[in-house]
Amino acid sequence: MSVDQKMDSGRRQLLVATSAAGGVAAVATAVPFVASLTPSERAKAAGAPVEADVGKLAPGEMMTVEWRGKPVWILRRTPEMLASLDQTESVVSDPESNKQMQPEYAKNKTRSIKPEYLVAVGICTHLGCSPSEKFKVGAESGMGDDWHGGFLCPCHGSRFDLSGRVYKSMPAPDNLEIPPHKYLSDTKILIGDDSKA
Amino acid sequence: MTTKSQQLLNWVDERFPLTSTWKAHLSEYYAPKNFNFWYFFGSLALLVLVIQILTGIFLVMHYKPDASLNASGIPVAFASVEYIMREVPGGWLIRYLHSTGASAFFIVVYLHMFRGLLYGSYRKPRELIWIFGTLIFLALMAEAFMGYLLPWGQMSFWGAQVIVNLFSAIPVIGPDLSLVIRGDFVVSDATLNRFFSFHVIAVPLVLIGLVLAHIVALHEVGSNNPDGVEIKKKKDANGIPLDGIPFHPYYTVKDIVGVVGFLIFFSAIVFFAPEGGGYFLEYNNFIPADPLKTPPHIAPVWYFTPFYSILRAVTYPLFGIDAKFWGVVAMGASVVIIAFLPWLDRSPVKSIRYKGGLFKGILAVFVVAFFILGYLGVLPPTAGRTLVSQICSVIYFAFFLAMPWYSKIDKCKPEPDRVTSK
Repeated sequence: MSVDQKMDSGRRQLLVATSAAGGVAAVATAVPFVASLTPSERAKAAGAPVEADVGKLAPGEMMTVEWRGKPVWILRRTPEMLASLDQTESVVSDPESNKQMQPEYAKNKTRSIKPEYLVAVGICTHLGCSPSEKFKVGAESGMGDDWHGGFLCPCHGSRFDLSGRVYKSMPAPDNLEIPPHKYLSDTKILIGDDSKA
Repeated sequence: MTTKSQQLLNWVDERFPLTSTWKAHLSEYYAPKNFNFWYFFGSLALLVLVIQILTGIFLVMHYKPDASLNASGIPVAFASVEYIMREVPGGWLIRYLHSTGASAFFIVVYLHMFRGLLYGSYRKPRELIWIFGTLIFLALMAEAFMGYLLPWGQMSFWGAQVIVNLFSAIPVIGPDLSLVIRGDFVVSDATLNRFFSFHVIAVPLVLIGLVLAHIVALHEVGSNNPDGVEIKKKKDANGIPLDGIPFHPYYTVKDIVGVVGFLIFFSAIVFFAPEGGGYFLEYNNFIPADPLKTPPHIAPVWYFTPFYSILRAVTYPLFGIDAKFWGVVAMGASVVIIAFLPWLDRSPVKSIRYKGGLFKGILAVFVVAFFILGYLGVLPPTAGRTLVSQICSVIYFAFFLAMPWYSKIDKCKPEPDRVTSK
């Protein structure tokens, strides 16, 4: 356009308006594409509760069941293991379980319904690795003399005690998650559902 | 005299810029005559890109991105990789070329980047070349990360689990963001399929586009050289740089020597040590993915370890936000900061040949710190190691952030007028 020609402002406005409308349409088209990246209805539905039979679990033993694609641990704690929770009280970052990492009924020192059985999601609250069992006590555990037994995350070294409480100044910010669960009988636990019958 | 072939060429040239493109980028692209060993790695990176695309095309013909279990209880994706290795004729070679190629890509690219650091190739007027290069490095990291999920082994699964969870550390949008990346509440079949899509279509397209932009920008301003002086300042009567030689045939022939040398090393690894001692293909990745059990020791592949160490080095919360988030920020910053080099270096000279002892010393310390970070990244963390990685992370960032200061006060030698040759 040469200098002396006047810009036709009416046409320019029409051009801008058309481009803006086209732009809005283009952005709107992106919506289903982004939506397709979110979990599908099938993925959302795959959260059915699972039943676990703890009848054969000996004291000090742990079993793992899969719930929503995640490992859920059921640890049958011995009296010594339960006693260790008093000793770790001062070294864990949230001894009272004040952060909402458990249902109300598990907001206690043992973080469980029955003190004997710990039911916890075995996923580190740092970056989602599954911590390994370090149940041996003291130097034998390879975790130092003052180790009271618990879990060690292999990825970034976060330590948890035997009720899944995270030690102070660890990469993991929170205690292990306690899933909603209830006892169907003395030896049957339903994980993923805590509704009263 | 016009022969038939000349006539054909003319016919094409009237319709497509064939001859002029050939001249502009090869036969009349004048590169400095003093390129040394370090200048092999650009063309080698291009070679490895071609190897990866070619082998990738053939791998996709047999690979199945499917996390469901087959009749023998093995994930289909894992089994299809085993199938390629054991039953597809030549499959083992194609797969090893691809997996070794990934490591080779990073070796070559790290050396290529270090060349830029040595000779100041990022300095004005090559800032955009450097920025495109940093973006290529980022795209390459994304490509490698997503490709590593595909064999669906233990390392694939738990590596993806950790890295995707990193995004959940971002305040407010984090949890939703990691959900969108995974497409599920855990790393699952949905994740595998979208990573497959990104790995074979989206990221390679971006990568090729960036490589083109990198080369077009390079050919616009011309190559730097080990002396760091502009050859375009001294031209002959025809406007050709006095110290320039046409890229073709001089450097095409030289680069073929580089290619042959590279292929000797590359073949030796592919045929005799394709697992690279557990560093190129980690041992735990020969175990099918198990969402219930993390391997006792997980570490990223070697080329990510320096940045992974920086991530782990951040153990203090700040401004009321978890250390996890700041670790992610530090890791992201450690890559992005590379792009700012053109504006951080205030030295009067480009090349290390004319820089003073201060810069050389600091560069040496930086390289040592980078290697230590890389080494610590493959080891499980202990209190002592975390401290060392914290010190090395500080050195890493100080190298960049203090550069405006130390590059200015460094005692440099005068640059020559023209390139030197031995």
